[in-house]
Amino acid sequence: MKKIKEFLIEKIIFISGSLSIVFVVLIFIFLIKEGILFFKYVQFKDFIVGKNWYPISSPAQFGMLPLILGSLLVTLGAMIISIPLGVACALYIAEVVNPKLKDLLKTGVELLAAIPSVVIGFIGMVTLVPLVKNIFHLPTGLTALSGSIMLAFMAMPTIVSIAEDAITVVPRRYKEAALALGATHWQALYRVILVAAAPGIFAAIMLGIGRVIGETMAVMMITGNAAVIPHSFLQPVRTLTATIAAEMGESIRGSNHYYALFAVGIILFIITFIINFIADVFLHRIKK
Amino acid sequence: MFNTKISQKIAFAVLFVSTLITIIPVLIIIAIIIKNGITAISWQFLTTAPSNGMRSGGIFPAIVGTFYLALGASAISLPLGILGGIYLSEYSKNNYFTRILKLGIVNLAGVPSIVYGLFGLSLFVISLKLGVSIVSGCLTLAIMSLPSIITATETAMSSVPRSFREVSLSLGATKWQTIRYAVLPHASPGIITGTLLSNARITGETAPILFTVAAFYLPQLPNSVFDQVMALPYHLYVISTQIPGISKSVTYGTALVLIVFTLSLNLFGIIVRTYLRRQKKW
Repeated sequence: MKKIKEFLIEKIIFISGSLSIVFVVLIFIFLIKEGILFFKYVQFKDFIVGKNWYPISSPAQFGMLPLILGSLLVTLGAMIISIPLGVACALYIAEVVNPKLKDLLKTGVELLAAIPSVVIGFIGMVTLVPLVKNIFHLPTGLTALSGSIMLAFMAMPTIVSIAEDAITVVPRRYKEAALALGATHWQALYRVILVAAAPGIFAAIMLGIGRVIGETMAVMMITGNAAVIPHSFLQPVRTLTATIAAEMGESIRGSNHYYALFAVGIILFIITFIINFIADVFLHRIKK
Repeated sequence: MFNTKISQKIAFAVLFVSTLITIIPVLIIIAIIIKNGITAISWQFLTTAPSNGMRSGGIFPAIVGTFYLALGASAISLPLGILGGIYLSEYSKNNYFTRILKLGIVNLAGVPSIVYGLFGLSLFVISLKLGVSIVSGCLTLAIMSLPSIITATETAMSSVPRSFREVSLSLGATKWQTIRYAVLPHASPGIITGTLLSNARITGETAPILFTVAAFYLPQLPNSVFDQVMALPYHLYVISTQIPGISKSVTYGTALVLIVFTLSLNLFGIIVRTYLRRQKKW
C-alpha cells in the first residue's frame, strides 16, 4: 500500500515537472494551428518584407516590415538607455554600496518590476508624452522615443537582477588578486570582475531584450501605433505586440486578418525563443 | 596614484547616479499616482459599478473580476508549480531531459504576454469551447505564472541542507515522506514569497486577458465561471485610452487601486523573505 502511494506520488510529480515542456510545445502548436492558414493566401516572403500593413483595406495588404522595424527601433532605443544604466546599477549594488543599503536598493528595483505595464503606459501617457512633444516641438508626443524610455525602465529589473547575480558569483580571489597587485577597487571592478562576469551580463542583456520585444500594453499606449516604416525616433511606430493587441478585437474570426495576427504571434514566439535560448546557453556556461 | 584615486571617485559617482536614475522614477511614479488618485478613493468608488459611460461611478466589478482571476489562476498554478519545483529539486537527474525541461521553463517565462493571449484564445476559448470566460482567463494566467512558481519552489527546496534529508531517510522514511515532512516545511517561506510575487504579476497583467476574459464594460457581477468579467488592468487601459473627457481622478484612482494590490503583494512577499532569511539557522 505504502509502495503504491509512493509510486503514484512520484508519477504525479514527474508529470507536473514535465508540464513546462508540454506547454511550450502546446503554445507553438496552437499558434501554428491558426497562423498556418494565413500562408495559404500570402507568401512568407511577402509577409516578412512587405512594406504595407493595411489589414482592412481591400485588397488587404499584410506586409510586416513596418511592424518588425517598429519593434526593433523601440527595442534598440530602450537598450541604448537600459544597458549602461542597468549594468552600472548592478555593479553599484553588487560591489560598491554598503551592505545595509544593498537590500533597500534591491527592493527598489524589485518594486519597479511590480508596477504593471498598463500603469507604466498610463504614467507615460500623462507625463512623458507631453514632455517629448514640447521639447522636440512635435505634432504628437506618441513616438518611438517615448516608448523606448518607458521600456528601458521595464527592462531594468531584469537586467539589474541577473547582472547583479553574475557579478556576485565571480570568485572573490579574482578581486583579491587584483587588489594585491596594487589595483584600485574601481580598476579591479572594471578590468577583472566585469570581464569575468561578462557572459552573465550578456545573458542579462538578452533577457532584457526579450522582455522589451514582448512588452505590449505600455508600448501600445505610448508609441502612437502608426504602421509605417519609421525613419527616426521622433515618429510614431507600431510594434508586433501592439498590432496583435490592438487589432485582434476587431478582426473577424476565420478571416485573413485574424490568421495574419496569429502569424505575427508565431514570429514573436520564435524571436523570443531564440533570445531566451541564447541567454540560457550563456547562463549555463557560468554554472559550469 | 592620485589620478587613479580620482578616476575611482568619478566612476563610483557615475555608478551611484545610474542607480538613482533607476530607482527614483519608481518612487516618482508611485508618488504621482497616490497624489492624484487619493482624491478619487471613496467607499462609493470601491463598491459601485461604473456609470455615465464609465466617466463616473466606481470600479467594483473590476476589483471583483481581478480578485477572481488571481484566485482562480493561483488555484491551478500553485499545485502544478510546486510539484514541478519538487520534481526539479528532488527527483530530476542530471541528464538531457532535465536540461530540456529547464530550457522549457526559461522559454515559458520568456513568452510575450500577448502571445499567451493568442494561445489562450486558440486553445481554451476556441478549441476547448470554453468561450471568453473566467475559466479561459484563469487557465491562461495560470500557465503564464507556472515558471516563476516552479523556479521559486526549486530554489527554496534546494537551499534546504542535504543532512535534513539524510536524517529522515536513515530513520526509515520514504522519499516522499522525507520531502513532505523534512524538506517542504523548511522550504515553505521561499515558496510563499514566490507565490506572492507571481500573484502580483498576474494581478497586473492585461495582454493575456484581452481576448480570453476581459469585458469592456459589464456592470453586473459574474454568475458562473463561464461568464466574462471586468478586470482592473484592462479597465485602466480602457478608461485611459478610449474614453475621451474622463476626469483625471477616476483614471488615477483606478491606477492607485491597481498598484496598491500589486505593490502590497510584492512588499508582503519581500518582507516574508527578509524576515525568514534572518530566522534560518543553518
